[in-house]
Amino acid sequence: MATDTFTPIAARPPPVDTEGLLPWLRRNLFGGWKSSLTTLLLIGLVLVLLPPLAQWGLFQAVFGADANACQAARGTGACWGVVTEKWRVIIFGRYPFEQQWRPEIATLLMVAALVMSCVRWFWKPWLALLWVAVLAIFFTLMGGGVLGLEPVRTDLWGGLPLTVMLATLSIFLAFPIAVLVALGRRSQLPAIRTACVIYIELIRGVPLISVLFMASFMFPLFMPQGMSIDVLVRVLVGITLFAAAYMAEIVRGGLQAIPKGQLEAADTLGLSYWQTQRKIVLPQALAMVVPSMMNNFISIFKDTSLVTIVSLYELTGALSLALNSDVEWRPFKIEAYLFITAIYFAFCFAMSRYSLWVEKQVAVSRTR
Amino acid sequence: MTESIIRFDKVNKWYGNDFHVLRDIDLDVAKGERIVICGPSGSGKSTLIRCVNALEEYQQGLVTVAGTALTDDVKAIEAVRKQVGMVFQQFNLFPHLTVIENLTLAPMWVGHMPKKDAESRAMQQLERVRIAEQAKKYPLQLSGGQQQRVAIARALCLTPKIMLFDEPTSALDPEMINEVLDVMIELAGQGITMLCVTHEMGFARSVADRVIFMDQGQIVEQDAPEAFFANPQNERTRDFLSKIIAH
Repeated sequence: MATDTFTPIAARPPPVDTEGLLPWLRRNLFGGWKSSLTTLLLIGLVLVLLPPLAQWGLFQAVFGADANACQAARGTGACWGVVTEKWRVIIFGRYPFEQQWRPEIATLLMVAALVMSCVRWFWKPWLALLWVAVLAIFFTLMGGGVLGLEPVRTDLWGGLPLTVMLATLSIFLAFPIAVLVALGRRSQLPAIRTACVIYIELIRGVPLISVLFMASFMFPLFMPQGMSIDVLVRVLVGITLFAAAYMAEIVRGGLQAIPKGQLEAADTLGLSYWQTQRKIVLPQALAMVVPSMMNNFISIFKDTSLVTIVSLYELTGALSLALNSDVEWRPFKIEAYLFITAIYFAFCFAMSRYSLWVEKQVAVSRTR
Repeated sequence: MTESIIRFDKVNKWYGNDFHVLRDIDLDVAKGERIVICGPSGSGKSTLIRCVNALEEYQQGLVTVAGTALTDDVKAIEAVRKQVGMVFQQFNLFPHLTVIENLTLAPMWVGHMPKKDAESRAMQQLERVRIAEQAKKYPLQLSGGQQQRVAIARALCLTPKIMLFDEPTSALDPEMINEVLDVMIELAGQGITMLCVTHEMGFARSVADRVIFMDQGQIVEQDAPEAFFANPQNERTRDFLSKIIAH
């Protein structure tokens, strides 16, 4: 079929009205009768639910630390007074009351360091030094015993500082272990491979609670007489080893997705095993597993609440501690739980947003 | 023949217990010689050139490259890989690194070259394959032909004595094959030893010193291109050539 002349297809008109609020509404909320119906239903639902919720949470709520007023408002309004009354115990646990400025500063410093570590501009060699300094200050402030600070035993540490510290340290420590174990599981050397498989399977076969129990109660039984490791350290090691096993499997998923050709190209160029892993394999593998890795970080952050089981009162544990012994305020647990829910949510939501940003960054090389 | 740079001496290789992929391979490649290897798929031609830089192990015989016997010895393998560059069918560029980073990686980390020197050498090689303006892009932002030219430049950055090409144009759209072949032809004129697995018979005719035909793990026939194409001796060679040159 040969044609004599080439007839171009006429250009189509550009789409009209793609910018602005109204087109956006039309496209996203009223794009068809199904979408319109869903939108209306949801608006209706909000209109039905919102007023009573606002009544309970705001207009009828008691904000002052007045237990009698709270009792009177029961059933009609929230008692935020429980937070006003108990927030220091919830946030700082059993830490001595007059000394609570120490965990406050320590935690703010650590959170600041965490935020800085998330920003590309701070990814300089001195960031590592900064972390060393922050950790040193954190433990000095918390533990005391030097510089005229009153010593505070680690079993008195609690609340948000404990949560933040356990989550941060176990994630930081677990990550390199996870990478090594994941590489080890794919190693050519049978001894290393077997050891890594046994480690992963053993840890995955037990719940975190039993790992914590073992770290806290059983481990000391095997220690020689007179030698003891601080319970906080044992628990931290327990969480770290637990988290590392799960992360290792996530990393392995990424490693397996690297095409064999990448390794052959690296071999051909003469790169050593470690150079290949560091420069070629891990950057690509880790970029691929950002979403599931962040998933894991978030669940570690929340899993730290399990250390209550071995009498370390982190945020959740400190809340029970604050209310269980107090008959007056105990009925208003829900409000107090909503308070720490908001705290957990703030941290987890930040992590999840950050993960999206990281995903975008690592996708740069994939965009055409 | 002058000085030999690659020697296969009765090399045998099996995949598993029953697939005999290389059978009694004897091959001498002279320094600067340009060899094209062809043959049906599964005939062992890729395996053969992959033995030259130890991407494949072999079970019997001996491969010697630039005076180094390739055994299990890691040092020997390292020494050989420094002399041998390779270009793959699927390019195998590192997608997370820019073009220039792909080129400077090995010189900096294996050759311990300062970044500045590595970059200026990389730019030279990119100009050689006529793609210098793409240096800051990522591989996946380039066309297949451009990616393969980057891959050639990457191999050249280590100043190899031997270049291996494993079906370098087979994954390319037809209109991009020539831009890669042009680069290879230019390279062939510069005295580097080349082993090239390809079905581009035009390339073989104009560039090769010797064409090798393989089938079922054996070297069936080898000759200078004029003789090879004009007067193939073996039945299987004739059969193969008639299939790929027919139209």
